Amino acid sequence: MSTVLATSFFHSGDLIAVLYIVAFSLFIYGLSGLTGPRTAVRGNRIAGVGMGIALLATFLIDGMGNWVLIIIALIIGTIIGIPSARSVKMTAVPQMVALFNGVGGGAVALIAWAEFNDTSGFAGEPLTFVIPSLFAAIVGSVSFWGSNIAFGKLQEILPGHPISAGRLQQPLNLILLLIALASAVAIASGETATIYILVLLGASALLGLFVVLPIGGADMPVVISLLNAFTGLSAAATGLALNNTALIVAGMIVGASGTILTRLMADAMNRSIPSIIAGGFGGGGGEAGATGAGEHGGTVRATSAADAAIQMAFARQVVIVPGYGMAVAQAQHAVRELASELEKRNVEVKYAIHPVAGRMPGHMNVLLAEADVPYDQLKEMDEINPEFSRTDVALVIGANDVTNPAANTNSDSPIYGMPILNVNESKSVIVLKRSMNPGFAGIENELYFEPMTSMLFGDAKSSVAEITAELTAL
Amino acid sequence: MFITNVAILVLAGFVGYAVISKVPNTLHTPLMSGTNAIHGIVVLGGIIVLGLGENLSVFDKGLLVIAIIFGTINVVGGFLVTDRMLEMFKSKPAPPKQDDEEQA
Repeated sequence: MSTVLATSFFHSGDLIAVLYIVAFSLFIYGLSGLTGPRTAVRGNRIAGVGMGIALLATFLIDGMGNWVLIIIALIIGTIIGIPSARSVKMTAVPQMVALFNGVGGGAVALIAWAEFNDTSGFAGEPLTFVIPSLFAAIVGSVSFWGSNIAFGKLQEILPGHPISAGRLQQPLNLILLLIALASAVAIASGETATIYILVLLGASALLGLFVVLPIGGADMPVVISLLNAFTGLSAAATGLALNNTALIVAGMIVGASGTILTRLMADAMNRSIPSIIAGGFGGGGGEAGATGAGEHGGTVRATSAADAAIQMAFARQVVIVPGYGMAVAQAQHAVRELASELEKRNVEVKYAIHPVAGRMPGHMNVLLAEADVPYDQLKEMDEINPEFSRTDVALVIGANDVTNPAANTNSDSPIYGMPILNVNESKSVIVLKRSMNPGFAGIENELYFEPMTSMLFGDAKSSVAEITAELTAL
Repeated sequence: MFITNVAILVLAGFVGYAVISKVPNTLHTPLMSGTNAIHGIVVLGGIIVLGLGENLSVFDKGLLVIAIIFGTINVVGGFLVTDRMLEMFKSKPAPPKQDDEEQA
């Protein structure tokens, strides 16, 4: 085997260290490639090569055994991983990321658990090994269970609205955290009974469940990003325990980047990370929002595909505002065809992309890019908002909360202060929507009751296709 | 050795911060997915502990096999799904999409 060959030329420890340096350099170089759409594909592949090199280096470690089990496990993981990544629809990517993140956290927790058993409860191990291992066990377990709940909510296996124990929630979470920490302290100070690690893992698991369950679906991208950062940190802790540079560097880079990404997303929603973790967006807020809209009592005007087509055919500028509804209906290709048809009639078409439209930042970009919408027609919020006042028709496709003017005007609204797309400034607004059900945040949208707004009910994809058909028939 | 590792940890944190803070909004989902794949490196931890463990019980071997399976899913799935997402930013002739499964 290559092990023999390598050790005959090098001191194998040095070779492994060098390969690890190559691997994490490739991670960093690859990630910096992800900063631009042109270099991103290559960047991701470079990071993948880095992972391959890190794996190879690990195989060269002196005295490795259990090869059969290792190879079988790697093959099973690959057999599960490839088809799930290949077949997942682009609309379901957020929950897939949650799931992949969860299993990463689960791996960290399981490794810590096995280490505990193998060393008879960390007996006689130095604290520099024990403390990072315990940290990894807690954070990995929280991340695994939290991510699974996030997956369940986005996949709509679990209800998207917050589930919580009300006032008891915060004290309950605190107690669980204290139980996990107390077990960790007990283990670190010399307790070796298996019960301690089981209590630690169990309390962390419940904490993961109870922290994510009360969080509404609208906040879920932020939560996934945060759990992603957590898993990174726990991987880095595992690296400290195992004295493995590749794990330390890769885990910490993910920890740092995930934290920044989480903050950026939270900023875009005008939410603070602590208030998201505290949950209850749809809890108290939902009630306030619902009564607000009830009192509003305006009328909703329905329109037809033919009317919508005529309005747009004679517009100078149409701004398309996509949201999660477009993703669910897989309407991106139909939208692209509608835009081409409008462009043939010299109508200027732009896309207004809210930073948190869909369920993840960039979600809409991915879908529209899939449908070959030119990159330069996608306008970010700050760029497009001044445009709405000279827009004839704003076509809102399954976007809801990100267009709700209550965020600017109603200080009682739970989304008050969230930056929104000011579609209500355009001359007319056509909203494609399945029904009058409120959006993911569970809040009625005042936009629908405005006089310039008309609603076209139905599935986004067939509605868009109907408009296009009417347009070609004009 | 531990202190050296902590130094590496801190520096890696700053590198992560510097590299990532330059990513445009539109690439955040692929970025999250890409970094997600990278923390799949925990698979190495599972391999090392299983590979070097001499007196592991059957139960512990089972835990570590599951850990390696999990880590591998994280790595393989993470990189592939990121790749698929990013491919869509490249220009190509529009293939009409067939799978239009609707949700009621």
